[in-house]
Amino acid sequence: MSVMVEPDESGRFGQFGGRFVPETLVPACQELELGFREAWGDPAFRAELDHLLRTYAGRPSILTECNNLGRQLGIRLLLKREDLNHTGSHKINNVLGQALLAKRMGKKRIVAETGAGQHGVASATAAALLGLECKVFMGAVDMERQALNVFRMRLLGAQVEPATSGSRTLKDAVNEAMRDWVATVETTHYCLGSVMGPHPYPWMVRQFHRVIGDEAREQCLAATGADPDVVVACVGGGSNAIGIFSGFIDTKARLVGVEPAGGAAVGRGVPGVVHGMKSYLMQDEHGQVQEAHSISAGLDYPGVGPEHSYLSEIGRAEYPSVTDEEVVGGFSLLAKTEGIIPALECAHAVAWIAREAPNMAGQTVLMNLSGRGDKDVAQMMDILA
Amino acid sequence: MTGLESHLRTRRSEDRKLLIPYVTGGLANWKEGIRAAVAAGADAVEVGIPFSDPVMDGPVIQEASQRALDAGATPPAILAEIPSLDVQVPIVVMLYYNTVFRTGHERFASLCRQNGVSGAIVPDLPLEEATRWCAAADDAGVETVMLAAPTAPDERLPRIAARARGFVYAVGLLGITGERDALANTATAIAGRVKAVTDLPVLVGVGVSNAQQAREACRVADGVIQGASVVRRLMESGPDAVGDYISEVRHAIDTQ
Ligand SMILES: Cc1ncc(COP(=O)(O)O)c(C=O)c1O
Repeated sequence: MSVMVEPDESGRFGQFGGRFVPETLVPACQELELGFREAWGDPAFRAELDHLLRTYAGRPSILTECNNLGRQLGIRLLLKREDLNHTGSHKINNVLGQALLAKRMGKKRIVAETGAGQHGVASATAAALLGLECKVFMGAVDMERQALNVFRMRLLGAQVEPATSGSRTLKDAVNEAMRDWVATVETTHYCLGSVMGPHPYPWMVRQFHRVIGDEAREQCLAATGADPDVVVACVGGGSNAIGIFSGFIDTKARLVGVEPAGGAAVGRGVPGVVHGMKSYLMQDEHGQVQEAHSISAGLDYPGVGPEHSYLSEIGRAEYPSVTDEEVVGGFSLLAKTEGIIPALECAHAVAWIAREAPNMAGQTVLMNLSGRGDKDVAQMMDILA
Repeated sequence: MTGLESHLRTRRSEDRKLLIPYVTGGLANWKEGIRAAVAAGADAVEVGIPFSDPVMDGPVIQEASQRALDAGATPPAILAEIPSLDVQVPIVVMLYYNTVFRTGHERFASLCRQNGVSGAIVPDLPLEEATRWCAAADDAGVETVMLAAPTAPDERLPRIAARARGFVYAVGLLGITGERDALANTATAIAGRVKAVTDLPVLVGVGVSNAQQAREACRVADGVIQGASVVRRLMESGPDAVGDYISEVRHAIDTQ
């Protein structure tokens, strides 16, 4: 089994990462780091998590070969079906881990941010299951374009609070969740939804998502007798991408993280510090964080997890981007050729594969289908009308 | 440029409680607001450099930051205006770390120095991450104020105090900036804990919302920082209201 590096003592992957949080939160981050380290090394915790992943989330997720689209594109295309998990995306892997950890650490309440609503729904779900109070912050813009998920969270008993400052999207929801946490840190765990934020989050969230890559490595070998040539995933904060990359870091596979053109933090390559981490960040010359613009609420984020910045800097992974228009094409393409409606987030990966297929003729391409498109159908009705 | 720590120590030695108002740089009438506050008895002034994502700030200072940014405020432009304030008390800038990081540590420190800024407060730069900036600031003679939060275990406080220059900023409550109905119990508790480990001036900020609360905090602390209560008055009523308010707080803490 392949292993990615642990961050150093200061929580860094190379120059990226760290713990840039207000003093109030430093002890909580330190406790969380210790708590996670201890839990992750405890067979009883791992067994409990594994049990939930199997009997509640539906793991292992299957691998599907796309014969129709593969033939059309001249490649062998495999999908890791995180869309088939309970709650409809990969987010549940991380949330079950963090919710169990929160309980183990004696917390009664979780707060979360959400973009597309998938992490919020997963958090609300885990909270309902494990008897935790749950509050989810969501950009006011996103509450509108992902209204179905807002209703879903409320059905699950969570309180959904609009973030009305700034761009009123994911970045602002993170700010609000951090502000809540600063005030409630003694009773509350911040259930962060991606491989971002202050140490230990980028590392911890990656460990909870490694299961994607570990399963996919075995499944790919069983299906094709070899490792894939290319591993592709969309990148918002980067959790589904890091999860699948984790299984292939020691192979020869190209690792490709696809960013939205309007939110290409790695693509622009300027480091900055926000939300507790040093990483590539879309910002102006004075360091004001810029607003990302993406058709998909889940990728509408101007930063990226620090380990992706690191993997880019050392040249192990590449981070191209696709336009909203290409994404709409990718969304329809997978639906029509394979009967699978992808989330708009992973339609980014489909779009990149469709565009780059001529350069990958005959190769095996493994794509992480991080979520299903049900939540996006209403938005697509408007776009395709 | 007036040394922040020596200035505050001198005033403290005269049995005076210290009062530092916060004003968001680039907000309409910010310079007039600062002059009014100094005329009314402020011992130093904190100038906020607006940032797009101020995670330690509540609605009032968020709004002020956004207004300043919308009006075109930038960090170098605000720093460049500081000499023209022409006030006889030290100026401390309060800013988020990306402003320093993007500009460059040495470059930002020297910009501060050139414009007569005595100190800096960087609320998202905890002790463990502060080394780079503090080295650059020390070299430029800019005093970096460190924050001490109610959540800090006892062993952390002496290390924070050892790294602090100017004064120690005792965070009055668990939470973000903004006015509260009552002073949190944590305010005097953290001030007392910090004072037990250092001789530096210790000021309580965050959640000290009116003259009465300032007086209460000053029973233990050497002084207070007044943020949202000042900024709200500047936005709602203008510089004169800031002057009146600072006079009122001054009076309250002078007549302990
Ligand atoms: C289906 C799906 N994929 C991807 C993402 C982006 O997150 P990450 O980059 O952390 O995988 C989201 C976020 O909302 C999502 O819902």
